[in-house]
Amino acid sequence: MTEEIIIAGFGGQGVLSMGKIMCYSGIVQGQEVTWMPSYGPEMRGGTANVTVIISDERISSPIINEFDTAIILNQQSMDKFEGMVKPGGTLIYDPNGIVRHPERKDVNIYRVEAAAEAAKMDSTKTFNMIVLGGFLKIKPIFKMENVIAGLKKSLPERYHHLIPMNEKAVLRGSEIVTEAQILN
Amino acid sequence: MAENSINTDIVKEENLVYKKTSLLTDKALSYCPGCGHGTAHRLVMEVVEELNAQEETIGVAPVGCSVLAYEFMDIDMQQAAHGRAPALATAIKRLYPEKYVFTYQGDGDLAAIGTAETIHACNRGENITIIFVNNGIYGMTGGQMAPTTLPGMKSSTSPYGRDVKSMGNPLKITELVAQLPGTYYVTRQAVHTPAAVRKAKKAIKKAFENQKLNKGLSFIEIVSNCNSGWKMTPNQANQWMVDNMFPYYQLGDIKVPEE
Amino acid sequence: MKELRLMKGNEAIAEAAIRAGVDGYFGYPITPQSEVLEYLMMERPELRTGMVVLQAESEVAAINMVYGGAGAGKMVMTSSSSPGISLKQEGITYIAGAELPCLILNVVRGGPGLGTIQPAQSDYFQSVKGGGHGDYKLIVLAPASVQEMYDFVETSFDLAFKYRNPVLILSDGAIGQMMEKVEIGDQKVRLTDEQVKERCPWATTGKTTKRERNIITSLDLDPNKQEKFNHKLQAKYKEIEKNEVRFEEIQTKDAEYLFVAYGTSARICQKSVQLARAKGIKVGLLRPITLFPFPAERLLELSKQVKGILSVEMSAGQMIEDIKLSVHCNIPVEHFGRMGGIIPSPGEVVKALEQKFL
Repeated sequence: MTEEIIIAGFGGQGVLSMGKIMCYSGIVQGQEVTWMPSYGPEMRGGTANVTVIISDERISSPIINEFDTAIILNQQSMDKFEGMVKPGGTLIYDPNGIVRHPERKDVNIYRVEAAAEAAKMDSTKTFNMIVLGGFLKIKPIFKMENVIAGLKKSLPERYHHLIPMNEKAVLRGSEIVTEAQILN
Repeated sequence: MAENSINTDIVKEENLVYKKTSLLTDKALSYCPGCGHGTAHRLVMEVVEELNAQEETIGVAPVGCSVLAYEFMDIDMQQAAHGRAPALATAIKRLYPEKYVFTYQGDGDLAAIGTAETIHACNRGENITIIFVNNGIYGMTGGQMAPTTLPGMKSSTSPYGRDVKSMGNPLKITELVAQLPGTYYVTRQAVHTPAAVRKAKKAIKKAFENQKLNKGLSFIEIVSNCNSGWKMTPNQANQWMVDNMFPYYQLGDIKVPEE
Repeated sequence: MKELRLMKGNEAIAEAAIRAGVDGYFGYPITPQSEVLEYLMMERPELRTGMVVLQAESEVAAINMVYGGAGAGKMVMTSSSSPGISLKQEGITYIAGAELPCLILNVVRGGPGLGTIQPAQSDYFQSVKGGGHGDYKLIVLAPASVQEMYDFVETSFDLAFKYRNPVLILSDGAIGQMMEKVEIGDQKVRLTDEQVKERCPWATTGKTTKRERNIITSLDLDPNKQEKFNHKLQAKYKEIEKNEVRFEEIQTKDAEYLFVAYGTSARICQKSVQLARAKGIKVGLLRPITLFPFPAERLLELSKQVKGILSVEMSAGQMIEDIKLSVHCNIPVEHFGRMGGIIPSPGEVVKALEQKFL
């Protein structure tokens, strides 16, 4: 199994930390992982993206321009990464703030209204965990217990009391993700 | 030949009134006759000897006339890149906090190319000793203008005299580092008369003792001459130093710790 | 089981330094490697092992602190990125000239000048051909993963002390910034001052009555002695070339074409090998792990097997010169690369192979 993922959105949406939690979950499962961020001035308040690769085998290139899955959380990222999903691949996005919805006909498209749900749950910080839940529903590459273990490794101990809330958000994400376009 | 010329009636242990410290090697000094470096070397080594600290002392030589200081001082030494001696000394002292660590630098090395290293080692209050020999000229490379060359003073790169409008004013770096909270003891000395030599040695000894007490950085400037660079006889050079250098670089303590 | 952590390449270097028992790190911030100093400051190595960590006033000061510490026999290191490494060249040539062991990390970014903060491999010449003035060589290791960033710290110090020679880890912004799984080694105890004296009888540890004074210098004004010393250095580099060549081969057995790439480019080429083979092109990869010494002998052998070599570098083509020298121009050697901080994609590399050779 190799899953090549791009997560892209605004800085502050938890894009990078979501990738980190995925990587830790993979490590807990004994997998190889790579987390390659965009870095530099573009990160200051602008867009942030990270390539995450989870694999049962040694990972080759950490830098790729074709993804199995794109998780897209703002319009700029939609414009940039929609075209980089492999044919037959997966695009998951939060429609919040999206004015031009995905147009590809050769990929599976899912929506997860994470921003709205996070506001409902009165916990905007769990936004990225809701998105992660949506992803895991579509691509169940990590067992839930390994995600929790990954969260524990990723979060400093002083935040461990927040883990139940994050777990709840992941579960909520898996409930609210909807199909927008499924290939036959 | 040499042995034959020694009058063994006179050269006897009991007739000795002065002996060089055993921490100076027998290698003939490469300095010009009349140069202050030889005396300054001797004072540093006498202090190390008096502290019984040969094994505990690591010196750092500069680039400049005293680049070969390690040939004359019988202690472990490192020879730094031009101006970088305080950086080397910083690391050595931090890695061996119990050792005495000193740099021995000239004016070009310390106050021009090494200004950043000097200021920052002083500002961090590195627990080292800096011996700064200021003769107002680049001696080794043949008498070029130094940061400390006096206004109007001739050198091979200020052949019509230092024009402060275009070449800047002489840098009183010793007063400058005295401003920094990291320096503990800052003084300006000379080695042109026996009285001055005695005072300079006292200052050097105090600087080394400060290291043992973890007091921070001690900075000792020694205003000296360069008779070949200044194109004078040794006596003329010393007189010129007294008449011209001392008024600009006034001798004495600049920063003395309140005991 | 060994401890596994998710770490950036820069953090892995820093943790490895503490674990390897390094005595001193002296650095100055520059993107994309500032995490090395940040991590060390955060970890309080002075409490963990007694390691000295100091933010210097400049890269110049930092490398000269390394010079001082190395001359005193301690395990010392610095890190920087390209513009900062240029500044360090003065200190590096002194260290090489005084034959001192130390570790220098370059997390390369695009140049020339201030360039960009994005990854590049355009410091190859500077790294393997000397870098500063005079005839000298660094031992150059090129990690291609975060695990290798970690592992090469100890390897570097082993080599540095074995040959009394500075070692450079030539990384880049991608490897410095990306996170991967790292297996963390055990904590080594730092050497005591007595052990340092034993390991480095040449170091300035304080002259005892039992030995002559130790002098650390690169100066000898007598040209005859200086030439003799240079011969000695060259003999050492020959010895290093004989003993220390390291490389990795991927699918070279039946290869008709060969990628040669190091570091990030080698990772990209691994994927390119998969993509090309899926298209039926028999291509393999030779990844130099040491850039000096260069795997020249193995390349010469492979040149009798393959029809062409594509040197893939994030530069205008620097390593390609060493490849050409290695294969005695037996077969065509071409270059493909991107510059200015752009990382080539695996597909681009395959396309270049097809265009140049098929």
